[in-house]
Formats: sequence, C-alpha cells, structure tokens
Amino acid sequence: MISSDPKQVKAICFDRVHLEGQTGLEIARKNGAYKFLPTVLKDFDGEKIIDEVKKSGLRGRGGAGFPTGLKWSFVPRNTGRPTYLLCNADEGEPGTFKDRDIMRFDPHLLIEGMLMAGFALGVKDAYIYIRGEFLHEAQVLDAAIEEAYAANLLGENILGTDFSMNLTVHRGAGAYICGEETALIESLEGRPGRPRFKPPFPAVEGFYRCPTVVNNVETLATIPAILEFGGEWHAAIGVPNNTGMKIFSVSGHVNKPGNYEVPMGTSLKTLIEEYCGGLQHGTLPKVIIPGGSSTPWLTAEHYDTPLTYDAMMKAGSMLGSGAIIVMDETADVIALTRRLAHFYAHESCGQCTPCREGTGWLERVMNRVEAGQGCEDDLCVLSDAATHMAGRTICALADGAAAPILSLLKHFPDEVRARLMEKAA
Amino acid sequence: MSGVEQVRFTEQRLSEINAVVKKYPAARSALLPVLHMAQKDFGYLSMEVQQLVADTLNLRLMMVREVVTFYTMFREQPTGKYLMEVCTNAGCMLNGANELVEHITKTLGIKVGGTTPDGMFTVTEVECAGACGGAPVVQINNEYHEKVDAAYMDAFITKVNASAEGDQA
Repeated sequence: MISSDPKQVKAICFDRVHLEGQTGLEIARKNGAYKFLPTVLKDFDGEKIIDEVKKSGLRGRGGAGFPTGLKWSFVPRNTGRPTYLLCNADEGEPGTFKDRDIMRFDPHLLIEGMLMAGFALGVKDAYIYIRGEFLHEAQVLDAAIEEAYAANLLGENILGTDFSMNLTVHRGAGAYICGEETALIESLEGRPGRPRFKPPFPAVEGFYRCPTVVNNVETLATIPAILEFGGEWHAAIGVPNNTGMKIFSVSGHVNKPGNYEVPMGTSLKTLIEEYCGGLQHGTLPKVIIPGGSSTPWLTAEHYDTPLTYDAMMKAGSMLGSGAIIVMDETADVIALTRRLAHFYAHESCGQCTPCREGTGWLERVMNRVEAGQGCEDDLCVLSDAATHMAGRTICALADGAAAPILSLLKHFPDEVRARLMEKAA
Repeated sequence: MSGVEQVRFTEQRLSEINAVVKKYPAARSALLPVLHMAQKDFGYLSMEVQQLVADTLNLRLMMVREVVTFYTMFREQPTGKYLMEVCTNAGCMLNGANELVEHITKTLGIKVGGTTPDGMFTVTEVECAGACGGAPVVQINNEYHEKVDAAYMDAFITKVNASAEGDQA
C-alpha cells in the first residue's frame, strides 16, 4: 500500500507489481485498484483534477518532462468535437523498459489512470498505442480491459455515473519514430509514422484533427495516487520542480540491471551502487547515458549528479525517460556509437532531408572509423553533419542521432584518433 | 488467375475485423491491426494479401503498401518456422549480443537475414526490444527470451531439431 506520508513512500507505479495474480481484477481490487475511482467520479470535476495534477508537479515521464497538468489545461473545451486520450506505450528509446513492467504486472493501474485522465478531459474514446513487439503485454492489457468492461469500470455509464469511456489497445509494428506523439497519431490513423509539423499541437488538433492528449504509461499510472493523496502529497516527494517517484531503467555494465522506482533527486551513484549492485568492472563508469540513447553522455565527473530534470540539464544532458545505460572501463565507445548511428539511420522516417541524409552519413562514416579505415577529415564530417542536423527538422530524432556522435567526439577524441592510427600503423 | 488459389479471410476473421473497425473513428485506423491479423493468418504479406487487406478496408493498395514497407514487423517474404530476432542495440550489445548473433548464425550455417535450408530457422538483428534489463534479448516468434547465452540458444535449436526429426519418424 502507498503511504499517505510522503516521506514514507516506497513506490507509486510499482506499488503492486510484485504481488501474485495482480493482473486479474479481483486481486488488483483487493489491493486497492479502483478504490478511489468512485470518489473521483462523484466528487471531482475536470477542473479540480487538473488543479491537483498541476499542484503535484508531475512532469511527463516519457522523456520531455513537460508538466502534465499544464498539458491537460491546453485542451480546448466545448469545441463540439470529441477529445481523445492516447497512452503512449511505444517504449522504443534504446535503454527504456519501464512501461513494459507496469503493463504486464499491473495493467489495472494504467486503466484506472486513464479513466481518471479521461474523466478530467471529457474523453469518450481512449487508446493505448503499444509497440508491436509487446504482444504479451498487449494480451495482458486486453484481458484486463475485458474484465474492466464486465465490471462496469469501462463502457457506458461507468459505476452508474454519467461518465462513459471506451478503451482500446492498438499495436504498432516496429517503428521507433512512433514514440513521437504526432507520429503516433499518424500511425493510429493507419499511416506511416511521420511526425507532423507543430503547431498546431495535438491538444488542439491531434487524432483525426480533434483535441488529443498523449501521455506516457508511467505518467498516467501516477494519476490515481495523486488524486487519492492529493497534489501536495506528491509535491512533497522528491525535490522542488522535480517531484515524485521515478522509474529508472538501468542497463549495460551493472551487476543488477532492471527497473528501480526511487524518489527524484536520488544520485546516479546511489542508484548504480546501492540498487544495481555496482559496475561489472572497476569502480568508476566510463560513460553514463542518463535518459536513453538520444541524450548526451555523462562521464565519471558527473557520477554524483542527482536524478532530476534540472540537474541533468545543468550537467549537459537530459533525464529523458529515465533510461540509464552504463558503460564501464571495458566498453568500446566507438563500436557503441557506430551501433547507435545505425539505429538512427534505420529509424529515420525520411521526410526531413537533414535527418534522412545526415543519419546515413553518420552511419557510413562511423562504419569506417570503427573498422580502422577512417581519416582525420572524418572527424570534421561527423561533427559538421551532427551539428547541422540537430534542431533543423520537424521532430527530435535528428537531435537524438547527433547526441552520441557529438558526445563521442567531445569525451573521447583521443580514442577515436587512436583508432584512425591503427590503419596508418 | 486460374491455378492460383485466391487468398481470403475466414468468416470468423472477417467478423473480428468488423469489430476492430468499429473501435475507431475511421476504418483506416484498423489498418495496422488488420495487417497483424493477415500476417498471422498467411505467414507474410504477399502482394495478394496486401490487396486483400486493401479491399477489406476499402483502401487503395498504395495506402497499404506504404504502411507495410514503413514498419519493420510487416514482412513481404516468408521466414523460417522459428523467427529469431536478436536485439543488438546498446544494452544488448554491451552484454554480448554481437557474439551471440555470431554463434547462432555459425551454428545454423546461415547469414544474418537468412533461413536454414530446411525452413526451420530465420535469424535477424533487430533494434531495441525494450527489455534491456534482460539483455541480451532474443524474440522467437514474438516471444521474449531474456538473458540469453550461447548454451540457451544451442538447447533451443537442439530441441526444435529433435522434435522435427521425431515428427518425420
């Protein structure tokens, strides 16, 4: 059970994930699922819910860290058109694997969060856009949704109120770009996932040009606790402007990789040494990618950085989705950069020239640098191409593709030059 | 078209498709779900199957083609009975995914993207599977296998081959 004392809170999204049989409605309800929903439907209205979420300080957990309450307040009212709620469960950023655990171990938490968000925004139809590879998770969600319909927690006149909402799981089909919210909308409309130019933002014109809110799984799964215990309770967890708990997906060269939900502001070092069993080799990391592969690298000098949006930005990177990829002294950072360059070239949707061409250049040049067939000029090509892609495209994929390249050149120029010398030798 | 069996959905499948279409504001939204169903039914998305999907949803073939070719999970070619998709992105690479791919392809005597002559196994490399805590990850026919090593894959391949021989005997 989640403690009403913010100082005692051990988990929000992962509060029930370890319980046996939790995916079934009966056991989920015994452990608190949907407990507070009737109160919300009876005593709350949209304004009060958005107010509590604003007070909570909750920032979007998908990567951008945009305040959730503010995002909701942008949705125009009484437009005469339906408002849609879309849950972004595309989870494709290399390093991220947190939403999967919420969906497969506690699907009712996500459903409850979506019901509360849907109620606040006047939504009649909501969708969970889940990456196609998560077939098992989609099946778990489908089964949970079916149970919820049977128990009048979804569908018409939910729990005897005027509120009606449908919820559908929609599987993607293997395209990283669909995690970008407007590409997700394009995909949900049955098209290739090519991001849309903004503005208009989805809150005004989204799914079928109607007002649409797109929220990450973890964001929505946090809503039930915020409404039950209050925005101020949530704001007292973590540190100012970076409130609440956050799930960090830790992978790479640590002894105990996995998902860890900790208060915001916990230090990177504490997370890796106390929760993840430390590094596989040595005592200091060579590289830490703090927020998924698209975020700039940190090195050992930033090992003590608190895990907050603000501190990560100050350190020159981003908290992103909380996907921490750790590399110890054994890591071949050139090979890793080459692999990421391949990833971005493969996943570029191709509509913006700087990204389509740039990601291809970065991959080709990295291929020869890794193979020891590069030359000094290649370093300029990499740096020029990466610099000229970032910020010059419709979405942020190009910025993500540039991040590992620029990080490699910034932190390990000697290692790259040594690789060039291998050919000369 | 004589001699070529026309592809069609079963009645049950058609009613499932109708139910899916109703969940969206427009039928086009059902394209991805219906392509998943079609791929399950027919193994891969041949041009005939893509035409069938287009006709079923009342879309132009081009609308189906651009989606099939955009998304990596949709396949226009048949694969082996067991499709092994090894993630070689960051988290898996740092935990031996490249060596694992080398081991599997060597064991099966095929290249990445290839299928064994008996049609049993296809091996491909895929992008981040979203399960980096269990790296390295191999999806076999869309089921996740985590913290996989060479011995695990050897055992899997041996088991499949043994049961195939059992079927023939």
